[in-house]
Amino acid sequence: MRLAEAWRVAVDALRANRLRSVLTMLGVIIGVGAVVALVSIGTGTKHLIEQQVEGLGSNLLIVVPGRLDPGAAPTSSPLTMDDVDAVTRVVGDRSRVAVTISSGETIRAGSRSAFASMQGVLETTPSVFVRHLDRGTYLTRTDVTTGRRVAVLGAGIARQLFGDRDPIGRQITIGGVRFRVIGTFEQLGQSLGVDRDSEVHIPVTAAQRLLGTDRIDGLAIRAPDRDTIDQLGASVVATLVKRHPDTDFSAVTQEQILGVLGDILGVLTGVLAAIAGISLLVGGVGVSNIMLVSVRERTKEIGLRKAVGARPRDIGIQFLLEAVLLTTIGGVLGMALGISAAVLVDRLTPVPAAITWWSLALAFGVSAAVGIIFGVIPAQRAGRLDPVVALRTE
Amino acid sequence: MTGPAIVAVDVTRTYQLDGVSVEALRGVSLTVAADDYLAIVGTSGSGKSTLMHLLGALDRPTSGTLLIGGRDVSTLSPAEMARLRNETIGFVFQSFHLLARTTARDNVALPLVYRGVGRRERRARAAEMLTRVGLGHRLDHRPNQMSGGEQQRVAIARALVTGPSVLLADEPTGNLDSATGDSVLALLESLNADGVAVVLVTHDRDVAARAHRQIVMRDGLIVDTSAVAATPSAEAEATSPAEGAE
Repeated sequence: MRLAEAWRVAVDALRANRLRSVLTMLGVIIGVGAVVALVSIGTGTKHLIEQQVEGLGSNLLIVVPGRLDPGAAPTSSPLTMDDVDAVTRVVGDRSRVAVTISSGETIRAGSRSAFASMQGVLETTPSVFVRHLDRGTYLTRTDVTTGRRVAVLGAGIARQLFGDRDPIGRQITIGGVRFRVIGTFEQLGQSLGVDRDSEVHIPVTAAQRLLGTDRIDGLAIRAPDRDTIDQLGASVVATLVKRHPDTDFSAVTQEQILGVLGDILGVLTGVLAAIAGISLLVGGVGVSNIMLVSVRERTKEIGLRKAVGARPRDIGIQFLLEAVLLTTIGGVLGMALGISAAVLVDRLTPVPAAITWWSLALAFGVSAAVGIIFGVIPAQRAGRLDPVVALRTE
Repeated sequence: MTGPAIVAVDVTRTYQLDGVSVEALRGVSLTVAADDYLAIVGTSGSGKSTLMHLLGALDRPTSGTLLIGGRDVSTLSPAEMARLRNETIGFVFQSFHLLARTTARDNVALPLVYRGVGRRERRARAAEMLTRVGLGHRLDHRPNQMSGGEQQRVAIARALVTGPSVLLADEPTGNLDSATGDSVLALLESLNADGVAVVLVTHDRDVAARAHRQIVMRDGLIVDTSAVAATPSAEAEATSPAEGAE
């Protein structure tokens, strides 16, 4: 019964100073809103990256020279096509093995030019990664073995060089060497920060001749199933290490990439949420401040309540409830603000946002806790007021 | 009724104001009988307000013994003192001290909130009490919609709603014109006739003269006690042990 009364008094007090209550809440509203919006954006981005990594293909194993360690120095690749043959024997299926040697090159077609990521690859690439053609055909095994000068263009490069014209059968030059366009890729967009529509695929043999090397950068394997992927990775690495005793090799799965990216994003989201949390803290200080003002303004009322029998606790609870009411109403409004902001960002920008229940529950819980923490001092002060002094206050 | 409502024996109260000790009460002994009608008179600074705060369990004596409703105030916690005030004492203040945004009925019901009485019963008892002080038609009016006399009646109803044994009135007519003041005093007197002890604190000799007995205070001491009218509690005595100390 007393709690119900305290509730009524708290609501009444907030109503009596509407503008002040709203302004006080604003700090909490902005803080909670920022936390909800930022966590939503962080979560959305994480989902997007997961989709993109999974979109590369299933059961992928990326094999690169060097150790997977942020502190490790970059290693130049000692891999050659002979190593690829050795790996293919381990895998047992040529169509499951893809290689790349890549280089940034300026591509020309007539008077137009574009900067592209030239990739020397095997004809197996589409069966290892998910790549779909828009027009024409992909490289063939013959193209690779003979080092034929044919190219498959990413959607972006095709548009830059040929506009709306059909590029199939047309000539381009890469590093001064003529290539014939035999196909174009479907548009892919950005993936992990790389514009995948600016890729140009040519036979790995042709790329090696162009670059004057017999090396490749790395290879990728599509494992037959998820269960054997680690074992396969280990035996591939073992084969390569035997052939190149001076070099470390790493085989990375999609799960591992996702794990690392997820960790990074998690930390980033956490840091952003913490910064937003600081504004929530500032909002809490505002609540504390205004509650102290409220206690001072209502000193006489406190004195009277005490005179007619209110215990220190009764008065304390009344003011604590007022503070909690301020912050929880602010918390709910802040959630609405955060959700709206997240939805707007999701709709109007390329940045994705996903609203999660736990972030809403957390924001609400934190705002209630802020009310309790920052309401305690004013409430205690009110509860401890000497009734004689309080009654005398004008 | 059995036993005196309040007994004070050699009570002192010393305040610390900016490091200086101020002796507001310097040894006061006083008994308020259960059916007393007592006026405490004195100029401002005489200690009469301090005495009233002590009699109302709002404050504790620095030394001496103070029994309110038979309970020794010095042994009580703040929460227990709050309960004692709620159950035993009714306050009436010069400036009424009504909650501004609250109706007469809810103002009167306030002490019952802290007694843990349910809302429905609170409202019923408050309405009953307001009717008793002649404000049955003003239940849902707010203080600013009422005259000073009506506000003081609301305050009296609030003081009575818990059924206290002592009504402490601090300058109850101080903010009222004399006709309204008279009617408020008449109300207090009728309550006294119904068995509630009434203690008036006033500097107005005419108001004090209506009480059954008067206590005159000066410089923190009781300097004069006299039975003004035929009082049924003539045995209730007030003494001033430190008299003549100055």
